[in-house]
Amino acid sequence: MNVVIISVVSMGTMGALFAIGLAYASKKFAVEVDPRIEEISSVLPGANCGACGYPGCDNFASAVAKGDAPSNGCPVGGAEVAEKVADIMGIDTDTDDEIKIARVICQGKTCHTSVKYQYDGIKDCRAAAKLGSGNKSCDYGCLGFGTCVDICSFDAIEIIDGIAKINPDKCTACGKCIDVCPKSVIDLVPYSQRVIVDCNSKDFGKKVKSSCVVGCIGCKLCERSCPFDAIHVEDNIATIDYEKCTNCGICADKCPTNSIWEDKSKKKKA
Amino acid sequence: MIELILLFVGTALVNNFVLVRFLGICPFLGVSKKVEVSAGMGAATTFVMTLSAIAAWFIQNYLLDPFGLSRFLQYVSFILVISSLVQLVEIVLKKVSPSLYDALGIFLPLITTNCAILGLALYIPIKDYNLIESSIFGLGAGVGFTLSLVIMAGIREELEFADVPEPLEGAGITLLIAGVLSMVFLGFSGLIAM
Repeated sequence: MNVVIISVVSMGTMGALFAIGLAYASKKFAVEVDPRIEEISSVLPGANCGACGYPGCDNFASAVAKGDAPSNGCPVGGAEVAEKVADIMGIDTDTDDEIKIARVICQGKTCHTSVKYQYDGIKDCRAAAKLGSGNKSCDYGCLGFGTCVDICSFDAIEIIDGIAKINPDKCTACGKCIDVCPKSVIDLVPYSQRVIVDCNSKDFGKKVKSSCVVGCIGCKLCERSCPFDAIHVEDNIATIDYEKCTNCGICADKCPTNSIWEDKSKKKKA
Repeated sequence: MIELILLFVGTALVNNFVLVRFLGICPFLGVSKKVEVSAGMGAATTFVMTLSAIAAWFIQNYLLDPFGLSRFLQYVSFILVISSLVQLVEIVLKKVSPSLYDALGIFLPLITTNCAILGLALYIPIKDYNLIESSIFGLGAGVGFTLSLVIMAGIREELEFADVPEPLEGAGITLLIAGVLSMVFLGFSGLIAM
């Protein structure tokens, strides 16, 4: 019993002494900070995801207060947070109306592709990609080991049938998955965009055909059929100019390999 | 006097905390990208190490030993001392050198859980050092830690321009270099009998 009392008293005293010392030091060495930094931090999402390019929300807040970062620099918070931050800073809201989300531009599910070899290593795309560009038959496609799933702070990605799928309602376009993906198969597209070239392969048509059923073979049918000059084939892959695209869906209908994806659920009926 | 110098050299080189005892590997790999930052980290760690060595000696000899609490309170009390010291360093550094504070970032609070510092505190009762020896031991350990960090950072700065095979890029080549450095420090073994 005696030992218990002694240890409690001695640890308690030590703790109290250090607390007093630290309290004194924090007073003595107090650094005056811009009060706006704290205010800005309080309206930020606080996820510390790093999408703004700063290590955390606090760093972003101090950059805004200094004028180094724009008030709408937080892609996660979007327009709502940008407005609040601008209010604190006393400047006009400068928001970009177009919400963007990340999308995996690959449809190469396990049933559409084959494997080059049996991969038994670490279940991580970055590791797999170092071994002969990964075990997937297509060198550009999603490897599906879920490196993006692990890094996503918002639980927006899951692996379905061997490829990553991003939930558009959970995605905040922070861009972490884009940075971590060794295949650069994730891209930011406007939220309202309903027609997307869902292939990343820059291989020639013949090679694409042999490695994936739903790959873009660069046939240029979409380019010729587009009434708005919004889709072009470069580097053997079709690319949509989202500024010109009207989501009419003609290219998706024409595509012989169905590599252009169209969200029919949101399509307005004529 | 000569014994103290030997103790200093012995802890800094022969029994280098990072490369021979393999303590404090986390900051060794994490903060060794730039020489400047790693030197700052080394200085902060040296400061905390020296102070915590002295504090550990006092606690061991005036608190733990007389009351026979060494068995179960050693770790807790040492961690308490170390974390308070780190907090102090953080407060002072924020005021004195904001640029170093920013450069160290998350690694400064991580000194709290740096096993090199706890290891140092735990070595002191084992080695039965007196107060002066303890402080020299702490200082030597800190200097050795700084030395290994700066060497590593210097190599990694040069490595930026080297043609590293793709599978070895990043962590792979860093760990290989750490292994080679450790073998180099093996050359000091037997220099001073500790």
